[in-house]
Amino acid sequence: MSKFSRWFSRNLIRIYAVIGFTYLFLPIIYTFAFSFNNSKKSNLVWIGFTWNNWLNPCGAPDVCNALGNSLKIGVLATFFATVLGTLMAFAMGRYAFRGRSIVNILIFLPMATPEIVMGASLLTMFISFGFNPGFWTIVIAHVMFCISFVVVTVKARIASLDPRLEQAAMDLYADERETFRRVTFPLVAPGIAAAALLAFSLSFDDFIITNFNSGDVNTFPKFVYISAQRGLPPQANVIGSSMFLIALIIVLVGQFVGRKRAGVR
Amino acid sequence: MSTALLHTGTHEKKAVLTKKKLLPYWLLAPGIVWLVIFFLVPIYQLISTSTQTQGFGIGTYVQTYRFANFIDAISSSRAQLLRSFEYAFLATVFALIISYPLAYAVAFKSGRWKNTLLVLIVAPFFCSFLLRTVAWEQILGEQGLVIKLLRFLHIFGAQDHLTATPFAVVAGLTYNFLPFMTLPLYASLERIDIRMMEASGDLYANALTTFRKVTVPLSMPGVVAGTLLTFIPAAGDYINAELLGNPGTKMIGNVIEARYLAIVDYPGAAALSLILMVTILILVMAYVKRAGTEELV
Repeated sequence: MSKFSRWFSRNLIRIYAVIGFTYLFLPIIYTFAFSFNNSKKSNLVWIGFTWNNWLNPCGAPDVCNALGNSLKIGVLATFFATVLGTLMAFAMGRYAFRGRSIVNILIFLPMATPEIVMGASLLTMFISFGFNPGFWTIVIAHVMFCISFVVVTVKARIASLDPRLEQAAMDLYADERETFRRVTFPLVAPGIAAAALLAFSLSFDDFIITNFNSGDVNTFPKFVYISAQRGLPPQANVIGSSMFLIALIIVLVGQFVGRKRAGVR
Repeated sequence: MSTALLHTGTHEKKAVLTKKKLLPYWLLAPGIVWLVIFFLVPIYQLISTSTQTQGFGIGTYVQTYRFANFIDAISSSRAQLLRSFEYAFLATVFALIISYPLAYAVAFKSGRWKNTLLVLIVAPFFCSFLLRTVAWEQILGEQGLVIKLLRFLHIFGAQDHLTATPFAVVAGLTYNFLPFMTLPLYASLERIDIRMMEASGDLYANALTTFRKVTVPLSMPGVVAGTLLTFIPAAGDYINAELLGNPGTKMIGNVIEARYLAIVDYPGAAALSLILMVTILILVMAYVKRAGTEELV
Protein backbone atom coordinates (compact mmCIF):
# COMPACT_ATOMS: atom_id res chain seq x y z
CA MET A 1 0.00 0.00 0.00
CA SER A 2 2.75 2.43 0.91
CA LYS A 3 4.52 1.40 -2.26
CA PHE A 4 1.40 2.27 -4.20
CA SER A 5 0.91 5.61 -2.49
CA ARG A 6 4.55 6.54 -3.14
CA TRP A 7 4.13 5.60 -6.79
CA PHE A 8 0.90 7.58 -6.85
CA SER A 9 2.38 10.75 -5.41
CA ARG A 10 5.44 10.55 -7.64
CA ASN A 11 3.30 10.09 -10.73
CA LEU A 12 0.50 12.41 -9.67
CA ILE A 13 1.24 14.93 -12.39
CA ARG A 14 1.39 12.21 -15.04
CA ILE A 15 -1.91 10.72 -13.91
CA TYR A 16 -3.35 14.19 -14.03
CA ALA A 17 -2.02 14.67 -17.56
CA VAL A 18 -3.72 11.45 -18.69
CA ILE A 19 -7.04 12.64 -17.25
CA GLY A 20 -6.53 16.08 -18.81
CA PHE A 21 -5.90 14.67 -22.26
CA THR A 22 -8.88 12.33 -21.94
CA TYR A 23 -11.04 15.36 -21.19
CA LEU A 24 -9.61 17.20 -24.20
CA PHE A 25 -10.27 14.29 -26.53
CA LEU A 26 -13.59 12.99 -25.22
CA PRO A 27 -15.80 15.00 -27.62
CA ILE A 28 -13.50 14.18 -30.52
CA ILE A 29 -13.63 10.46 -29.80
CA TYR A 30 -17.38 10.80 -29.50
CA THR A 31 -17.60 12.63 -32.85
CA PHE A 32 -15.42 9.98 -34.48
CA ALA A 33 -17.38 7.07 -33.02
CA PHE A 34 -20.73 8.50 -34.05
CA SER A 35 -19.50 9.01 -37.60
CA PHE A 36 -19.98 5.23 -37.90
CA ASN A 37 -23.48 5.33 -36.51
CA ASN A 38 -26.17 3.85 -38.70
CA SER A 39 -28.62 6.66 -38.04
CA LYS A 40 -30.82 8.33 -40.56
CA LYS A 41 -31.47 11.86 -39.43
CA SER A 42 -30.74 12.67 -35.83
CA ASN A 43 -27.46 11.21 -34.67
CA LEU A 44 -28.25 11.10 -30.95
CA VAL A 45 -28.53 7.43 -30.04
CA TRP A 46 -26.25 4.61 -31.10
CA ILE A 47 -28.13 2.40 -33.54
CA GLY A 48 -25.51 0.25 -35.20
CA PHE A 49 -22.17 0.22 -36.97
CA THR A 50 -21.93 1.12 -40.64
CA TRP A 51 -19.34 2.24 -43.19
CA ASN A 52 -22.02 3.97 -45.23
CA ASN A 53 -21.45 7.48 -43.89
CA TRP A 54 -17.74 7.32 -44.72
CA LEU A 55 -18.44 5.82 -48.16
CA ASN A 56 -20.99 8.51 -48.88
CA PRO A 57 -19.92 11.69 -47.04
CA CYS A 58 -22.11 13.88 -49.24
CA GLY A 59 -25.17 11.81 -48.41
CA ALA A 60 -26.83 14.48 -46.31
CA PRO A 61 -28.35 17.42 -48.18
CA ASP A 62 -26.20 20.57 -48.30
CA VAL A 63 -23.29 19.19 -46.31
CA CYS A 64 -20.81 19.04 -49.20
CA ASN A 65 -21.92 22.36 -50.60
CA ALA A 66 -21.17 23.89 -47.19
CA LEU A 67 -17.86 22.05 -46.97
CA GLY A 68 -16.88 23.20 -50.46
CA ASN A 69 -17.56 26.82 -49.55
CA SER A 70 -15.57 26.50 -46.34
CA LEU A 71 -12.59 25.03 -48.19
CA LYS A 72 -12.66 27.70 -50.90
CA ILE A 73 -12.98 30.50 -48.37
CA GLY A 74 -10.26 28.92 -46.23
CA VAL A 75 -7.76 28.71 -49.10
CA LEU A 76 -8.43 32.26 -50.33
CA ALA A 77 -8.35 33.77 -46.84
CA THR A 78 -5.20 31.85 -45.94
CA PHE A 79 -3.43 33.02 -49.08
CA PHE A 80 -4.19 36.71 -48.65
CA ALA A 81 -3.72 36.76 -44.88
CA THR A 82 -0.40 34.90 -45.12
CA VAL A 83 0.99 37.23 -47.79
CA LEU A 84 -0.14 40.44 -46.08
CA GLY A 85 0.77 39.22 -42.60
CA THR A 86 4.23 37.97 -43.60
CA LEU A 87 5.12 41.29 -45.23
CA MET A 88 4.03 43.08 -42.06
CA ALA A 89 5.97 40.66 -39.89
CA PHE A 90 9.19 41.39 -41.81
CA ALA A 91 8.64 45.11 -41.40
CA MET A 92 7.94 44.73 -37.67
CA GLY A 93 10.71 42.21 -37.06
CA ARG A 94 13.46 43.84 -39.08
CA TYR A 95 13.13 47.60 -39.31
CA ALA A 96 13.04 50.58 -37.06
CA PHE A 97 10.51 53.13 -38.26
CA ARG A 98 8.26 55.88 -37.03
CA GLY A 99 4.74 54.89 -36.00
CA ARG A 100 5.81 51.45 -34.91
CA SER A 101 3.76 51.44 -31.73
CA ILE A 102 0.61 52.55 -33.54
CA VAL A 103 1.03 49.69 -36.00
CA ASN A 104 1.55 47.37 -33.04
CA ILE A 105 -1.75 48.48 -31.54
CA LEU A 106 -3.51 48.08 -34.90
CA ILE A 107 -2.24 44.49 -35.08
CA PHE A 108 -3.15 43.75 -31.47
CA LEU A 109 -6.68 45.22 -31.54
CA PRO A 110 -8.39 42.60 -33.74
CA MET A 111 -7.07 39.89 -31.42
CA ALA A 112 -8.43 41.70 -28.36
CA THR A 113 -11.84 42.38 -29.89
CA PRO A 114 -14.57 39.79 -29.35
CA GLU A 115 -15.57 38.12 -32.59
CA ILE A 116 -19.15 39.23 -32.23
CA VAL A 117 -18.08 42.88 -32.22
CA MET A 118 -16.00 42.43 -35.37
CA GLY A 119 -18.78 40.48 -37.07
CA ALA A 120 -21.42 43.04 -36.13
CA SER A 121 -19.32 46.04 -37.11
CA LEU A 122 -18.36 44.60 -40.49
CA LEU A 123 -22.00 43.84 -41.23
CA THR A 124 -22.91 47.39 -40.21
CA MET A 125 -20.39 48.72 -42.72
CA PHE A 126 -21.45 46.40 -45.54
CA ILE A 127 -25.08 47.34 -44.99
CA SER A 128 -24.47 51.07 -44.85
CA PHE A 129 -22.47 50.92 -48.08
CA GLY A 130 -25.25 48.88 -49.68
CA PHE A 131 -23.06 45.78 -50.00
CA ASN A 132 -24.89 42.45 -49.93
CA PRO A 133 -23.16 39.94 -47.68
CA GLY A 134 -22.10 36.73 -49.43
CA PHE A 135 -19.06 34.67 -50.41
CA TRP A 136 -16.60 37.55 -50.83
CA THR A 137 -17.63 39.36 -47.67
CA ILE A 138 -16.77 36.16 -45.77
CA VAL A 139 -13.34 36.04 -47.44
CA ILE A 140 -12.73 39.72 -46.62
CA ALA A 141 -13.71 39.17 -42.98
CA HIS A 142 -11.56 36.07 -42.62
CA VAL A 143 -8.48 37.77 -44.09
CA MET A 144 -9.03 40.62 -41.62
CA PHE A 145 -9.03 38.50 -38.47
CA CYS A 146 -6.30 36.11 -39.67
CA ILE A 147 -3.71 38.80 -40.50
CA SER A 148 -2.82 39.54 -36.86
CA PHE A 149 -2.27 35.88 -36.03
CA VAL A 150 -0.01 35.50 -39.08
CA VAL A 151 2.02 38.58 -38.08
CA VAL A 152 2.51 37.32 -34.52
CA THR A 153 3.52 33.81 -35.64
CA VAL A 154 5.95 34.89 -38.37
CA LYS A 155 7.40 37.71 -36.25
CA ALA A 156 8.21 35.22 -33.49
CA ARG A 157 10.11 33.11 -36.01
CA ILE A 158 12.02 36.13 -37.36
CA ALA A 159 12.92 37.18 -33.82
CA SER A 160 14.29 33.73 -33.02
CA LEU A 161 16.71 33.72 -35.99
CA ASP A 162 20.40 33.79 -35.22
CA PRO A 163 21.67 37.06 -36.82
CA ARG A 164 25.08 35.47 -37.28
CA LEU A 165 23.71 33.26 -40.06
CA GLU A 166 22.88 36.30 -42.17
CA GLN A 167 26.14 37.99 -41.26
CA ALA A 168 27.97 34.86 -42.38
CA ALA A 169 26.19 34.99 -45.74
CA MET A 170 27.15 38.64 -46.15
CA ASP A 171 30.75 37.83 -45.20
CA LEU A 172 30.72 35.25 -47.99
CA TYR A 173 29.92 38.04 -50.46
CA ALA A 174 26.20 37.39 -50.83
CA ASP A 175 24.41 40.66 -51.50
CA GLU A 176 21.31 41.57 -49.56
CA ARG A 177 18.90 40.10 -52.03
CA GLU A 178 20.77 36.82 -52.20
CA THR A 179 21.09 36.65 -48.42
CA PHE A 180 17.38 37.09 -48.12
CA ARG A 181 16.57 34.55 -50.82
CA ARG A 182 19.02 31.83 -49.75
CA VAL A 183 19.33 32.31 -45.99
CA THR A 184 16.66 34.46 -44.37
CA PHE A 185 13.62 33.29 -46.26
CA PRO A 186 14.30 29.53 -45.97
CA LEU A 187 14.85 29.99 -42.25
CA VAL A 188 11.58 31.90 -41.81
CA ALA A 189 9.63 29.54 -44.09
CA PRO A 190 8.58 27.07 -41.35
CA GLY A 191 7.10 30.01 -39.43
CA ILE A 192 5.18 31.08 -42.52
CA ALA A 193 3.91 27.52 -43.01
CA ALA A 194 2.77 27.38 -39.38
CA ALA A 195 1.05 30.75 -39.77
CA ALA A 196 -0.73 29.58 -42.93
CA LEU A 197 -1.92 26.44 -41.16
CA LEU A 198 -3.17 28.53 -38.26
CA ALA A 199 -4.93 30.95 -40.61
CA PHE A 200 -6.61 28.10 -42.45
CA SER A 201 -7.88 26.46 -39.28
CA LEU A 202 -9.12 29.80 -37.91
CA SER A 203 -10.94 30.48 -41.15
CA PHE A 204 -12.33 26.99 -41.57
CA ASP A 205 -13.61 26.91 -38.00
CA ASP A 206 -15.01 30.41 -37.76
CA PHE A 207 -18.68 30.69 -37.05
CA ILE A 208 -19.54 33.98 -35.35
CA ILE A 209 -18.05 36.47 -37.82
CA THR A 210 -19.14 34.27 -40.73
CA ASN A 211 -22.70 34.04 -39.46
CA PHE A 212 -22.96 37.84 -39.53
CA ASN A 213 -21.40 38.37 -42.94
CA SER A 214 -22.45 35.38 -45.01
CA GLY A 215 -25.93 36.26 -46.24
CA ASP A 216 -27.36 32.97 -47.44
CA VAL A 217 -24.00 31.37 -48.29
CA ASN A 218 -23.58 28.21 -46.26
CA THR A 219 -20.30 27.16 -44.60
CA PHE A 220 -19.51 24.00 -42.70
CA PRO A 221 -19.73 25.53 -39.17
CA LYS A 222 -22.94 27.27 -40.20
CA PHE A 223 -24.31 23.96 -41.44
CA VAL A 224 -23.49 22.31 -38.10
CA TYR A 225 -25.07 25.14 -36.14
CA ILE A 226 -28.28 25.16 -38.15
CA SER A 227 -28.72 21.39 -38.24
CA ALA A 228 -27.77 20.97 -34.56
CA GLN A 229 -31.21 22.25 -33.70
CA ARG A 230 -32.95 19.50 -35.68
CA GLY A 231 -30.38 16.76 -35.34
CA LEU A 232 -26.99 16.54 -36.99
CA PRO A 233 -26.55 13.99 -39.80
CA PRO A 234 -23.63 11.56 -39.26
CA GLN A 235 -21.98 12.92 -42.42
CA ALA A 236 -21.07 16.02 -40.44
CA ASN A 237 -19.16 13.76 -38.04
CA VAL A 238 -17.40 12.14 -41.00
CA ILE A 239 -16.25 15.51 -42.32
CA GLY A 240 -15.23 16.76 -38.87
CA SER A 241 -13.27 13.57 -38.17
CA SER A 242 -11.50 13.63 -41.52
CA MET A 243 -10.51 17.29 -41.17
CA PHE A 244 -9.18 16.44 -37.71
CA LEU A 245 -7.15 13.48 -38.99
CA ILE A 246 -5.80 15.39 -42.02
CA ALA A 247 -4.66 18.31 -39.87
CA LEU A 248 -3.08 15.98 -37.33
CA ILE A 249 -1.18 14.13 -40.06
CA ILE A 250 0.06 17.39 -41.64
CA VAL A 251 1.37 18.63 -38.28
CA LEU A 252 2.98 15.33 -37.32
CA VAL A 253 4.63 14.95 -40.75
CA GLY A 254 5.83 18.56 -40.50
CA GLN A 255 7.38 17.83 -37.13
CA PHE A 256 8.99 14.67 -38.40
CA VAL A 257 10.48 16.46 -41.42
CA GLY A 258 11.66 19.31 -39.20
CA ARG A 259 13.39 16.89 -36.81
CA LYS A 260 15.00 15.04 -39.71
CA ARG A 261 16.36 18.24 -41.18
CA ALA A 262 17.67 19.27 -37.78
CA GLY A 263 19.28 15.83 -37.44
CA VAL A 264 21.05 16.12 -40.79
CA ARG A 265 22.50 19.44 -39.76
CA MET B 1 14.61 52.74 -28.56
CA SER B 2 15.65 51.20 -31.85
CA THR B 3 15.69 54.57 -33.58
CA ALA B 4 18.94 55.10 -31.69
CA LEU B 5 20.41 52.53 -34.05
CA LEU B 6 19.77 54.86 -36.94
CA HIS B 7 22.10 57.50 -35.63
CA THR B 8 25.03 55.33 -34.71
CA GLY B 9 27.66 53.84 -36.95
CA THR B 10 29.48 55.19 -39.96
CA HIS B 11 28.14 57.53 -42.55
CA GLU B 12 28.00 54.69 -45.02
CA LYS B 13 25.86 52.53 -42.76
CA LYS B 14 23.53 55.41 -42.18
CA ALA B 15 23.11 55.80 -45.91
CA VAL B 16 22.06 52.16 -46.26
CA LEU B 17 19.43 52.58 -43.58
CA THR B 18 18.16 55.82 -45.05
CA LYS B 19 17.69 54.12 -48.36
CA LYS B 20 15.52 51.59 -46.59
CA LYS B 21 13.53 54.19 -44.80
CA LEU B 22 10.53 53.64 -47.03
CA LEU B 23 10.78 49.85 -47.25
CA PRO B 24 9.04 49.01 -43.96
CA TYR B 25 6.13 51.23 -44.94
CA TRP B 26 5.81 49.49 -48.29
CA LEU B 27 5.82 46.14 -46.52
CA LEU B 28 3.22 47.31 -44.04
CA ALA B 29 0.97 49.21 -46.43
CA PRO B 30 -1.23 46.41 -47.84
CA GLY B 31 -1.90 44.85 -44.43
CA ILE B 32 -2.54 48.21 -42.80
CA VAL B 33 -4.91 49.26 -45.58
CA TRP B 34 -6.82 46.00 -45.11
CA LEU B 35 -7.04 46.39 -41.33
CA VAL B 36 -8.07 50.03 -41.59
CA ILE B 37 -10.81 49.42 -44.16
CA PHE B 38 -12.17 46.20 -42.71
CA PHE B 39 -11.50 46.67 -39.00
CA LEU B 40 -11.21 50.36 -38.06
CA VAL B 41 -13.80 51.76 -40.48
CA PRO B 42 -16.38 49.13 -39.40
CA ILE B 43 -15.72 50.00 -35.75
CA TYR B 44 -16.30 53.64 -36.68
CA GLN B 45 -19.53 52.63 -38.43
CA LEU B 46 -20.53 50.72 -35.32
CA ILE B 47 -19.94 53.81 -33.17
CA SER B 48 -21.91 55.95 -35.55
CA THR B 49 -24.80 53.45 -35.72
CA SER B 50 -25.01 53.20 -31.95
CA THR B 51 -26.53 56.68 -31.63
CA GLN B 52 -29.00 56.42 -34.50
CA THR B 53 -32.76 56.06 -34.23
CA GLN B 54 -35.40 54.39 -36.32
CA GLY B 55 -36.27 56.19 -39.53
CA PHE B 56 -39.10 55.30 -41.88
CA GLY B 57 -39.59 51.57 -42.17
CA ILE B 58 -37.95 48.64 -40.45
CA GLY B 59 -34.19 48.49 -40.77
CA THR B 60 -33.69 52.12 -41.78
CA TYR B 61 -32.00 54.36 -39.26
CA VAL B 62 -31.03 58.00 -39.16
CA GLN B 63 -28.30 59.68 -37.16
CA THR B 64 -29.78 61.60 -34.24
CA TYR B 65 -26.90 61.37 -31.74
CA ARG B 66 -29.18 59.71 -29.25
CA PHE B 67 -26.75 58.68 -26.54
CA ALA B 68 -29.64 57.39 -24.46
CA ASN B 69 -29.38 54.28 -26.69
CA PHE B 70 -26.58 53.18 -24.43
CA ILE B 71 -28.68 53.60 -21.29
CA ASP B 72 -31.54 51.72 -22.94
CA ALA B 73 -29.19 48.96 -24.01
CA ILE B 74 -27.71 48.54 -20.55
CA SER B 75 -31.01 48.66 -18.72
CA SER B 76 -32.64 46.13 -21.04
CA SER B 77 -29.71 43.68 -21.03
CA ARG B 78 -27.98 44.23 -17.73
CA ALA B 79 -28.51 40.62 -16.65
CA GLN B 80 -26.97 39.16 -19.83
CA LEU B 81 -24.09 41.61 -19.72
CA LEU B 82 -23.19 40.74 -16.14
CA ARG B 83 -23.73 37.05 -16.83
CA SER B 84 -21.29 37.15 -19.75
CA PHE B 85 -18.51 38.52 -17.58
CA GLU B 86 -19.38 36.13 -14.76
CA TYR B 87 -19.32 33.06 -17.02
CA ALA B 88 -16.18 34.22 -18.82
CA PHE B 89 -14.46 34.81 -15.47
CA LEU B 90 -15.46 31.37 -14.16
CA ALA B 91 -14.39 29.67 -17.40
CA THR B 92 -11.04 31.48 -17.25
CA VAL B 93 -10.44 30.39 -13.65
CA PHE B 94 -11.38 26.77 -14.41
CA ALA B 95 -9.25 26.77 -17.55
CA LEU B 96 -6.29 28.06 -15.53
CA ILE B 97 -6.76 25.40 -12.85
CA ILE B 98 -7.04 22.62 -15.44
CA SER B 99 -4.30 23.93 -17.74
CA TYR B 100 -1.53 24.74 -15.30
CA PRO B 101 -0.74 21.16 -14.23
CA LEU B 102 -1.20 20.02 -17.82
CA ALA B 103 1.24 22.59 -19.17
CA TYR B 104 3.60 21.80 -16.29
CA ALA B 105 3.49 18.08 -17.08
CA VAL B 106 4.21 18.69 -20.76
CA ALA B 107 7.00 21.18 -20.05
CA PHE B 108 8.87 19.22 -17.38
CA LYS B 109 7.70 15.61 -17.18
CA SER B 110 7.14 14.49 -20.75
CA GLY B 111 10.71 13.69 -21.85
CA ARG B 112 10.93 12.79 -25.50
CA TRP B 113 7.14 12.88 -25.88
CA LYS B 114 7.13 16.66 -25.42
CA ASN B 115 6.50 17.64 -29.04
CA THR B 116 3.86 14.97 -29.55
CA LEU B 117 1.99 16.05 -26.41
CA LEU B 118 2.20 19.65 -27.54
CA VAL B 119 0.53 18.70 -30.82
CA LEU B 120 -2.14 16.83 -28.83
CA ILE B 121 -2.92 19.98 -26.83
CA VAL B 122 -3.62 21.93 -30.03
CA ALA B 123 -5.26 18.97 -31.74
CA PRO B 124 -8.82 19.61 -30.47
CA PHE B 125 -8.69 22.82 -32.52
CA PHE B 126 -8.45 20.70 -35.66
CA CYS B 127 -11.94 19.38 -35.00
CA SER B 128 -14.66 21.92 -35.62
CA PHE B 129 -15.50 24.12 -32.62
CA LEU B 130 -19.20 23.61 -33.28
CA LEU B 131 -18.93 19.86 -33.66
CA ARG B 132 -17.14 19.64 -30.31
CA THR B 133 -19.84 21.72 -28.65
CA VAL B 134 -22.57 19.60 -30.21
CA ALA B 135 -20.67 16.51 -29.02
CA TRP B 136 -20.69 17.84 -25.44
CA GLU B 137 -24.38 18.60 -25.81
CA GLN B 138 -24.93 14.96 -26.69
CA ILE B 139 -22.49 13.49 -24.16
CA LEU B 140 -24.14 15.42 -21.33
CA GLY B 141 -27.62 15.32 -22.85
CA GLU B 142 -30.69 13.29 -22.02
CA GLN B 143 -29.67 10.44 -24.34
CA GLY B 144 -26.04 10.48 -23.18
CA LEU B 145 -24.24 8.02 -20.98
CA VAL B 146 -23.22 10.49 -18.26
CA ILE B 147 -26.74 11.37 -17.24
CA LYS B 148 -27.85 7.74 -17.35
CA LEU B 149 -24.96 6.77 -15.09
CA LEU B 150 -25.74 9.57 -12.64
CA ARG B 151 -29.40 8.58 -12.55
CA PHE B 152 -28.52 4.92 -12.16
CA LEU B 153 -26.37 5.81 -9.15
CA HIS B 154 -29.22 7.95 -7.79
CA ILE B 155 -26.98 11.00 -7.69
CA PHE B 156 -29.38 12.58 -10.14
CA GLY B 157 -33.15 12.26 -10.09
CA ALA B 158 -35.33 12.13 -13.19
CA GLN B 159 -35.89 15.90 -13.07
CA ASP B 160 -32.17 16.79 -12.87
CA HIS B 161 -30.31 17.76 -16.02
CA LEU B 162 -26.78 18.48 -17.07
CA THR B 163 -27.49 20.32 -20.30
CA ALA B 164 -29.59 23.47 -20.38
CA THR B 165 -27.89 24.58 -17.17
CA PRO B 166 -25.38 27.34 -16.29
CA PHE B 167 -22.99 24.53 -15.38
CA ALA B 168 -23.04 23.19 -18.94
CA VAL B 169 -22.46 26.65 -20.44
CA VAL B 170 -19.45 27.36 -18.20
CA ALA B 171 -18.11 23.84 -18.83
CA GLY B 172 -18.48 24.34 -22.57
CA LEU B 173 -16.69 27.70 -22.45
CA THR B 174 -13.93 26.21 -20.33
CA TYR B 175 -13.45 23.32 -22.70
CA ASN B 176 -13.58 25.27 -25.93
CA PHE B 177 -10.98 27.86 -24.99
CA LEU B 178 -8.70 25.56 -22.97
CA PRO B 179 -5.86 25.35 -25.54
CA PHE B 180 -5.70 29.17 -25.55
CA MET B 181 -4.77 28.88 -21.88
CA THR B 182 -2.53 25.82 -22.05
CA LEU B 183 -0.28 26.98 -24.91
CA PRO B 184 0.93 30.31 -23.47
CA LEU B 185 1.33 28.64 -20.06
CA TYR B 186 3.44 25.95 -21.64
CA ALA B 187 5.49 28.52 -23.55
CA SER B 188 6.38 30.44 -20.40
CA LEU B 189 7.01 27.33 -18.26
CA GLU B 190 9.21 25.80 -20.92
CA ARG B 191 11.38 28.94 -20.98
CA ILE B 192 12.17 28.65 -17.25
CA ASP B 193 15.75 27.66 -16.56
CA ILE B 194 15.60 24.39 -14.61
CA ARG B 195 18.66 25.54 -12.64
CA MET B 196 16.51 28.22 -11.00
CA MET B 197 14.33 25.51 -9.48
CA GLU B 198 17.38 23.45 -8.53
CA ALA B 199 18.94 26.49 -6.88
CA SER B 200 15.79 26.99 -4.87
CA GLY B 201 15.98 23.36 -3.72
CA ASP B 202 19.66 23.77 -2.82
CA LEU B 203 18.66 26.70 -0.63
CA TYR B 204 16.43 24.35 1.38
CA ALA B 205 13.12 25.32 -0.17
CA ASN B 206 10.76 22.36 -0.36
CA ALA B 207 8.91 21.49 -3.55
CA LEU B 208 5.88 23.56 -2.67
CA THR B 209 7.89 26.66 -1.77
CA THR B 210 9.91 26.32 -4.97
CA PHE B 211 6.71 26.11 -6.95
CA ARG B 212 5.17 29.08 -5.17
CA LYS B 213 8.20 31.35 -5.12
CA VAL B 214 10.05 30.38 -8.30
CA THR B 215 7.89 28.55 -10.83
CA VAL B 216 4.68 30.57 -10.50
CA PRO B 217 6.29 34.04 -10.63
CA LEU B 218 8.40 33.06 -13.63
CA SER B 219 5.35 31.72 -15.46
CA MET B 220 3.32 34.91 -14.94
CA PRO B 221 3.64 36.13 -18.57
CA GLY B 222 2.00 32.87 -19.64
CA VAL B 223 -0.73 33.26 -17.03
CA VAL B 224 -1.49 36.79 -18.20
CA ALA B 225 -1.52 35.88 -21.90
CA GLY B 226 -3.55 32.72 -21.28
CA THR B 227 -6.20 34.38 -19.13
CA LEU B 228 -6.64 37.15 -21.71
CA LEU B 229 -6.85 34.75 -24.63
CA THR B 230 -9.50 32.76 -22.75
CA PHE B 231 -11.50 35.60 -21.21
CA ILE B 232 -11.94 37.75 -24.33
CA PRO B 233 -13.47 35.14 -26.64
CA ALA B 234 -15.46 33.59 -23.77
CA ALA B 235 -17.11 36.92 -22.89
CA GLY B 236 -18.28 37.44 -26.47
CA ASP B 237 -19.28 33.86 -27.20
CA TYR B 238 -22.88 32.84 -27.73
CA ILE B 239 -22.56 29.37 -29.21
CA ASN B 240 -22.10 27.61 -25.88
CA ALA B 241 -24.99 29.50 -24.32
CA GLU B 242 -27.15 28.66 -27.32
CA LEU B 243 -26.33 24.95 -27.56
CA LEU B 244 -25.69 24.05 -23.91
CA GLY B 245 -27.80 26.59 -22.06
CA ASN B 246 -31.41 27.59 -21.55
CA PRO B 247 -33.21 30.93 -21.93
CA GLY B 248 -31.96 31.85 -18.46
CA THR B 249 -28.30 31.46 -19.43
CA LYS B 250 -28.32 33.83 -22.40
CA MET B 251 -25.15 35.87 -22.71
CA ILE B 252 -24.59 39.27 -24.27
CA GLY B 253 -23.54 37.61 -27.54
CA ASN B 254 -26.98 36.01 -27.82
CA VAL B 255 -28.63 39.39 -27.33
CA ILE B 256 -26.43 41.14 -29.89
CA GLU B 257 -26.94 38.36 -32.41
CA ALA B 258 -30.72 38.38 -31.97
CA ARG B 259 -30.94 42.17 -32.19
CA TYR B 260 -28.85 42.23 -35.34
CA LEU B 261 -30.06 39.25 -37.29
CA ALA B 262 -33.58 38.64 -35.99
CA ILE B 263 -34.99 41.92 -34.65
CA VAL B 264 -32.98 44.20 -37.01
CA ASP B 265 -32.39 46.70 -34.18
CA TYR B 266 -28.98 47.88 -35.41
CA PRO B 267 -28.49 50.82 -33.03
CA GLY B 268 -29.30 48.73 -29.96
CA ALA B 269 -27.02 45.92 -31.11
CA ALA B 270 -24.25 48.39 -31.97
CA ALA B 271 -24.53 50.05 -28.56
CA LEU B 272 -24.29 46.67 -26.81
CA SER B 273 -21.31 45.63 -28.97
CA LEU B 274 -19.50 48.84 -28.05
CA ILE B 275 -20.28 48.39 -24.37
CA LEU B 276 -18.88 44.86 -24.55
CA MET B 277 -15.78 45.95 -26.44
CA VAL B 278 -14.99 48.95 -24.25
CA THR B 279 -15.56 46.99 -21.02
CA ILE B 280 -13.22 44.27 -22.21
CA LEU B 281 -10.57 46.78 -23.30
CA ILE B 282 -10.72 48.54 -19.92
CA LEU B 283 -10.52 45.25 -18.04
CA VAL B 284 -7.63 44.10 -20.24
CA MET B 285 -5.67 47.32 -19.80
CA ALA B 286 -6.20 47.39 -16.04
CA TYR B 287 -5.21 43.73 -15.80
CA VAL B 288 -2.14 44.07 -18.00
CA LYS B 289 -1.03 47.13 -16.07
CA ARG B 290 -1.38 45.30 -12.75
CA ALA B 291 0.38 42.23 -14.07
CA GLY B 292 3.14 44.42 -15.43
CA THR B 293 3.55 42.89 -18.88
CA GLU B 294 4.03 45.44 -21.61
CA GLU B 295 4.74 43.64 -24.86
CA LEU B 296 1.75 41.53 -25.85
CA VAL B 297 2.27 41.23 -29.57
